Amino acid sequence: MLELQNICYQVTEDSQDIDILRNVSLKIDDEFTVITGPNGGGKSTMAKIITGIVKPTSGKILLDGEDITDLSITDRARKGISFAFQQPVRFKGLTVLDLLNLAHGEKLSLDAACQYMSEVGLCARDYINREVNASLSGGELKRIEIAMVLARGTKLSIFDEPEAGIDLWSFNNLIRVFEEMRRKIEGSIVIISHQERILNIADHIVVIADGQVSEQGTREEVLPKLLTSSEACSTLMDKVV
Amino acid sequence: MAQKIDQLQKHMLEKIADLHSVPEGAYNIRSNGTLSGRNTTANIDIVSKEDKPGIDIIIKPGTRNESVHIPVIVSQSGLKDLVYNDFYIGEDADVTIVAGCGIHCGGDDTTEHDGIHTFHIGKNAKVKYVEKHYGEGDGAGERILNPTTVIYMEPDSYMEMETTQIKGVDSTIRDTTAKLEDGATLIIKEKIMTHGKQYAETNFQVDLDGVDSTANVVSRSVAKGTSRQVFNSKICGNNKCYGHTECDAILMDEGHVVAVPSLDANNLDASLIHEAAIGKIAGEQLTKLMTLGLTEQEAEEQIVSGFLK
Ligand SMILES: Nc1ncnc2c1ncn2[C@@H]1O[C@H](COP(=O)(O)OP(=O)(O)OP(=O)(O)O)[C@@H](O)[C@H]1O
Ligand SMILES: [Mg+2]
Repeated sequence: MLELQNICYQVTEDSQDIDILRNVSLKIDDEFTVITGPNGGGKSTMAKIITGIVKPTSGKILLDGEDITDLSITDRARKGISFAFQQPVRFKGLTVLDLLNLAHGEKLSLDAACQYMSEVGLCARDYINREVNASLSGGELKRIEIAMVLARGTKLSIFDEPEAGIDLWSFNNLIRVFEEMRRKIEGSIVIISHQERILNIADHIVVIADGQVSEQGTREEVLPKLLTSSEACSTLMDKVV
Repeated sequence: MAQKIDQLQKHMLEKIADLHSVPEGAYNIRSNGTLSGRNTTANIDIVSKEDKPGIDIIIKPGTRNESVHIPVIVSQSGLKDLVYNDFYIGEDADVTIVAGCGIHCGGDDTTEHDGIHTFHIGKNAKVKYVEKHYGEGDGAGERILNPTTVIYMEPDSYMEMETTQIKGVDSTIRDTTAKLEDGATLIIKEKIMTHGKQYAETNFQVDLDGVDSTANVVSRSVAKGTSRQVFNSKICGNNKCYGHTECDAILMDEGHVVAVPSLDANNLDASLIHEAAIGKIAGEQLTKLMTLGLTEQEAEEQIVSGFLK
């Protein structure tokens, strides 16, 4: 279980303090959590704070009761946190298979590697030896990013807008991948998303707006409010493909 | 005719030519300035030069799927070895040539090998040329390698040159010049890593003289420590042709890289492109690999070895 206690994140720009996250407290249990909210609300920043990429100005992060606030990215990854970036990183030279192997922590059998590729709807034969460089399309990169998290198979997986740039046909499969993951992994899945269809499969929904948790609860509690509130609705609609 | 190869030579052969035993097909092994093994085949002849050190490698027209290995090993500290190797590749041949030089310097004197390789590639012939340079040894002596490659390509010939220097060479000046006739294609892939106080200079000069001649010169390098690299690449388009040169360098520590591209178009239908990028490893690449559980140092190693793969 992951817990955020009073997380604040402040940056200084042109000698002005900007609050990006304000006193965020949150518990994420063994379930499927979807984090949503307006653009610029602080969702990605929160994911980066959980994974150690960004250090909070104050507050605590606990993983299964252990304080991990001061742990490095590496240590947190080894403790079982995985993160699919909103903007996947490109590498000159490293191939899809190299990255899957690194994600898995040991060399995957070709069969296993292909399995992860087909789960994200890519034909392994065409992709496995391709460099993860600028020659891959945005949607292909996003899928490889997801495959890496699948290959890690850790107890906490965070996906930042996994559906962005993925075509409709694959989107259906993606939903299946997440449902399958929920069944298979005894752990937590956190998805940052603006998509109603992803909100529809959530156990738990958290709304982050203006650096704060503005709503949280079960899907039954939160979703109706989101769909009627015009402000939240428009942000939802914002990104619907 | 092959002589016995000692342990050190065996180890060096592995490093520079991926050879685990005496190679198959034609070969010529040069060790400390003298011949230490040679084999010729029905199609590939190797003849020692009379007037200067070196060999002529003569490949008959139409020779297919054969290879020539010509590794050079220098393990005698203080030796300055100079050699001229001329390749005559007959029309329609399709061959692989593996060269390479390994210096093992155990002493305190400067050890040097300068190899001058000239390729005459016949019409429609296809050559894959692989060259590796490697240095090692605990001696304080400098290990210097100055390879020169001169390439003449007849119409519709094709050459792919892979040149790699990953370790242990203190100073190198690598000169490559090429002249391409109609329809000839030249692809050069260079990979260099320097560390410590090493210096590496690369000079490419490609003349696209023929109609529809094509050259693609790509260099990837990593400069660590306080090492320095200079990359000069000049492509001249003297006809309707296509030329592309690319230099991509990763800087680490206090490495220093200078890239000097130059394109010289002499013909309205010449199409020439240059790309160059120099910079440290992108922070987000390190971050990504760290989120997969690698330490920063492991991430760096993976990125560098992938880049130079
Ligand atoms: N280092 C920084 N310096 C200045 N502003 C920052 C910094 N990091 C984030 N921000 C700002 O913080 C806010 C939250 O950004 P974040 O990326 O977390 O939003 P988000 O909720 O993920 O938005 P989206 O839905 O568009 O992905 C934005 O206004 C962003 O510009
Ligand atoms: Mg975001």
